[in-house]
Amino acid sequence: MNHNHPVFTDNDPQSELVTLNLGPTHPATHGVFQNVLQLDGERIVSGVSTIGYIHRAFEKIAEHRPFYQITPLTDRLNYCSSPINNMGWHMTVEKLLNIKMPKRVDYLRVIIMELSRISDHIICNTIIGQDTGATTTFLYLFQFREHIYEIFEEVCGARLTTNIGRIGGFERDFNEIAFTKINKFLKEFPVALREFENLLSRNRIFIDRTAGVAEVTKETALEYSWTGPLLRATGVDYDVRVSDPYSSYQDFDFEVPVGTSGDIYDRYLVRNEEMWQSVRIIEQAIEKLKSEPKGIFHADVPEFYLPPKQEVYNNMEALIYHFKIVMGEIDAPKAEVYHAVEGGNGELGFYLINDGGRTPYRLHFRRPSFVNYQMFAPMSEGMLLSDAIINMSSMNIIAGELDA
Amino acid sequence: MEETTLNNNILAKLSDKFGEKITAVSEPYGLLTFVTTKDVIVNVLSYLKGELKFNFLTDITAVHYPGKDHGIAVVYHLHNMVEKARVRIKVFISEQNPTIPTATTVWKGANWMERETYDLFGVKFEGHPDLRRILNMDDLGVHPMLKQYPLEDPNRVDKKDEFFGR
Repeated sequence: MNHNHPVFTDNDPQSELVTLNLGPTHPATHGVFQNVLQLDGERIVSGVSTIGYIHRAFEKIAEHRPFYQITPLTDRLNYCSSPINNMGWHMTVEKLLNIKMPKRVDYLRVIIMELSRISDHIICNTIIGQDTGATTTFLYLFQFREHIYEIFEEVCGARLTTNIGRIGGFERDFNEIAFTKINKFLKEFPVALREFENLLSRNRIFIDRTAGVAEVTKETALEYSWTGPLLRATGVDYDVRVSDPYSSYQDFDFEVPVGTSGDIYDRYLVRNEEMWQSVRIIEQAIEKLKSEPKGIFHADVPEFYLPPKQEVYNNMEALIYHFKIVMGEIDAPKAEVYHAVEGGNGELGFYLINDGGRTPYRLHFRRPSFVNYQMFAPMSEGMLLSDAIINMSSMNIIAGELDA
Repeated sequence: MEETTLNNNILAKLSDKFGEKITAVSEPYGLLTFVTTKDVIVNVLSYLKGELKFNFLTDITAVHYPGKDHGIAVVYHLHNMVEKARVRIKVFISEQNPTIPTATTVWKGANWMERETYDLFGVKFEGHPDLRRILNMDDLGVHPMLKQYPLEDPNRVDKKDEFFGR
């Protein structure tokens, strides 16, 4: 039976190749995916990727859930930056419903999205450090991921799978503690990031391990539909935030860093620079919030935005809206919509078909990890095994997003 | 307004080239959408990539409309990064014989997208270099995203649409 676990055992006694099953659970892969590699010494001759170990049929489940119940599913795509997925989904539905968001909500969303981008890039870059042998960097910067999670906790109560916000805004306003924590983060993080860069960016060992490894040309990257930091490292300045601005990104002044050769070192540098830019964006957003009217944290769309529980118990209209939203009875246009956001790994797209039913007729996630990862096996050919490992780390493949 | 002009230009060029093969044109939320047929789909994709600079294949997926003549729609999302234009192409194919030429000849990145579509919908991409299941196991036997396969216990009665006047 041609099963989905290709285990090539070379029966030829004369063969000099070794078969190595890298994964499905291997500490170096940082996730559940398998690669069956044929090795000649330490060099990879060929490889086959097998994915699907944590496939949870989210697209099928989404066809049976009202819109607001799909947000927790998106949490579990790229679980290193759940809020971006949540916001992406909210904005998809808002696009479908033609909801115009107040500026203050947009800025709050931008803060949350950029924080999660930082946490995503922290994971990727510190893991590259870890896999090239520098545990120190990992420990230095990783505590700031914790600080980001504390901010999320303050805003929505959850840390990893956040389910943050609602369709139409946030479930509650940011409290003072959240703002204090964000400001504290903005003050402390640049110091730590500078320290992190000092440890790695000009580090001879690190450069030797990463520069010139796994180089990818622009043409190849576009041919394989790469997006995100991986594509930008090859020199293509494609960022959804700029090319197709959503949620007020047009109001912000930031740069899109690009690399030149697309190697691991360039990817590392692009991610680092993006963290700096994210800090800039958050600072601007905090500044912009000061001139916005206080206390607005959702759009004025009672028919789509879940009312507070107190209202539901005491107010007829709120009760009706609550019932309709929870039962999926909202009056959404029959239409198709594609909405893309810049996730941690690239263009995260939501293709939603609504037929007027209680649930989406079809929802497809365009998952950047899935699309990016297909190049891993072909590009590993001829590479050293140790290089392939850091190549995988630098691609920041998140198993949840890979398999959906 | 600008978006519409851009879309009209694209559409005019496509209609010139492919004539009646481009049907059901619409622009939901500013995204140019049209239907074409499977005998010209690869030509349409190559033309869009080569002549109209749609250099980027965003996505390939499918939608199942049970009970229709051509019940499976294969949906392509293309992106022109320079002019910031997107286009959505649909090809309706028959449910009994869901075959369509592969797009891997135009973009290598179509490989896994088509494998996923094959896995979930059973669409056979002719000429695909490695058309195996990708997310589910090989002996699953069904293509689970087709609408006839229920998600939950089909005997459940509390979630039926008829209770809500539908």
